[in-house]
Amino acid sequence: MSHKDEPEQGLFSVLKVVLKREFLSAYRSRQELANPLVFFVIVIVLFPLGVSPEPDFLRTAAAGLIWVAALLATMLSLDRLFQSDYDDGSLEQLVLCSQPLYLIVLVKNLIHWSLTGLPLIMLAPFLAIMLNLESQHIPVLMLTLVMGTPVISLIGGIGAALTVSLRSGGILISLLVLPLTMPVLIFGAGTVQSSIDGLPVLGHFAIMGMMLALALTLSPFAMAAALKMSVSD
Amino acid sequence: MNFDNFSDFLLMDGHALYVWLSYGMGLFIILLTYIQPVLARKSIIQELSQRQRREAKASETSSVETVSTHENKGAC
Amino acid sequence: MNWTWFYKLGSPKWFYDTANKLLPWFLWIGVSFLLVGSVWGLAFAPQDYQQGNSFRIIYLHVPTAILAQSCYMMMAVAAVISLVWKMKLADMFIASAAPIGAAFTFLALFTGAVWGKPTWGTWWVWDARLTAMLVLLFLYFGVISLRSALENIDLASRASAILVLVGVVNIPIIKYSVEWWNTLHQPATFTLTEKPAMPPEMWLPLLVMVVGMYCFFAAISLMRIRNEILQRERRTKWVQKLISEESKF
Repeated sequence: MSHKDEPEQGLFSVLKVVLKREFLSAYRSRQELANPLVFFVIVIVLFPLGVSPEPDFLRTAAAGLIWVAALLATMLSLDRLFQSDYDDGSLEQLVLCSQPLYLIVLVKNLIHWSLTGLPLIMLAPFLAIMLNLESQHIPVLMLTLVMGTPVISLIGGIGAALTVSLRSGGILISLLVLPLTMPVLIFGAGTVQSSIDGLPVLGHFAIMGMMLALALTLSPFAMAAALKMSVSD
Repeated sequence: MNFDNFSDFLLMDGHALYVWLSYGMGLFIILLTYIQPVLARKSIIQELSQRQRREAKASETSSVETVSTHENKGAC
Repeated sequence: MNWTWFYKLGSPKWFYDTANKLLPWFLWIGVSFLLVGSVWGLAFAPQDYQQGNSFRIIYLHVPTAILAQSCYMMMAVAAVISLVWKMKLADMFIASAAPIGAAFTFLALFTGAVWGKPTWGTWWVWDARLTAMLVLLFLYFGVISLRSALENIDLASRASAILVLVGVVNIPIIKYSVEWWNTLHQPATFTLTEKPAMPPEMWLPLLVMVVGMYCFFAAISLMRIRNEILQRERRTKWVQKLISEESKF
């Protein structure tokens, strides 16, 4: 009796199991989900305290500050992606599974984004108001975050996969991944800046869409390869 | 009474959004703060009583076993 | 001086029984004062000459702000007791009060922002008092996450007590920030030495709300500490007897 009799069903049932497992373990440590959000807010708070609380300065810097803070908060949350699975051996099981690792990793990553990136996006409008960003630019900000944070999660996932067998945590992942995410930051914050300057933003969004498409299709390959390498240690 | 009629009271002279948003959030938070420990107490009592019953059953069966082996020993 | 009451406080069973007796009082007095104060403040108190009706938000904003700070001070005292006398109940108080304090701080910040919009034209400004209240919210979150991250209860109690004490420096900064810096936020309504600048028709409902808020806080703390006691003392005979009686219903 072979589970390969109906491969299509096998794939979906594996993905369903992964989905259920991710949400269940997130629910079990739901206190931890708040940590990246609080970090996000704290980083933003540091700038008026450390630089200047002048509304004009904050208005100019708002888009960039929110983007940088979102980037950092996502980086720090990334070692949750694979670390606990690696520690209890289930990562090895996933790698050895007959279903393509590419899809399993993609699903894990998107779930991770929905639990960390999506709440960040929800908080962003409030922080934008605190930084005196005019409310007509907030939808643009949110759209750039919606298109950009999954890319950060996906690229970050590659870094997480590469370092999962090392006990170094968020800092090493950030060192590897932040340079790769710089284009997303430049275009994300730049789109909001264009909106503030009154320039058209459709072109910028097209570029962000391209980055998202590339990340969605290519990064799972890299993550899968990195995981196979990490697990075979 | 500071207001001429009820609709004036609701309108708060144009500040309705601010006043009612604040008091609405206040009510929500107060209710949440009250409900959480009530629900927690119920679930704690339920969990602890289940555990008690399980432990009582476990000790019953083990004591029954010791009694029967004891009897066997006696019979020998 | 007779210190037996202090050592009695160390007995969870005594506290549980006392909490059961005191809870209905605090709860009913708290809720009724909050109701009376809100209706009084919303409908019967006069409008402010400059701010109009949005002034009524004071009846929520000031009591929650006072409670947010008081709660932290109480946690700080409990932290000292927990570290010095190793009293379990002090630690249980810290665990129970932190989420309530966080809720009150959030409400104070929220009502303050909503009040600020019609009054100052902006939802938020980075002045000393507002920022210090935001930092207070972060401190509460810190205590809550630290406790939930540490599984060993002794470690969690010691660590959170230390964290609470380190953060207590923030409270005087909030209290005196308005006097030290020239800020947008107005000075305190109530001080211990001077008469309030408002007429009694305005500050009486405020007093009622503050008392109501304190009683409500006491009631919720008692409820939460009771739950903590049930969980931590579940191996004792009196708790097991209690459980078997409670679960018969």
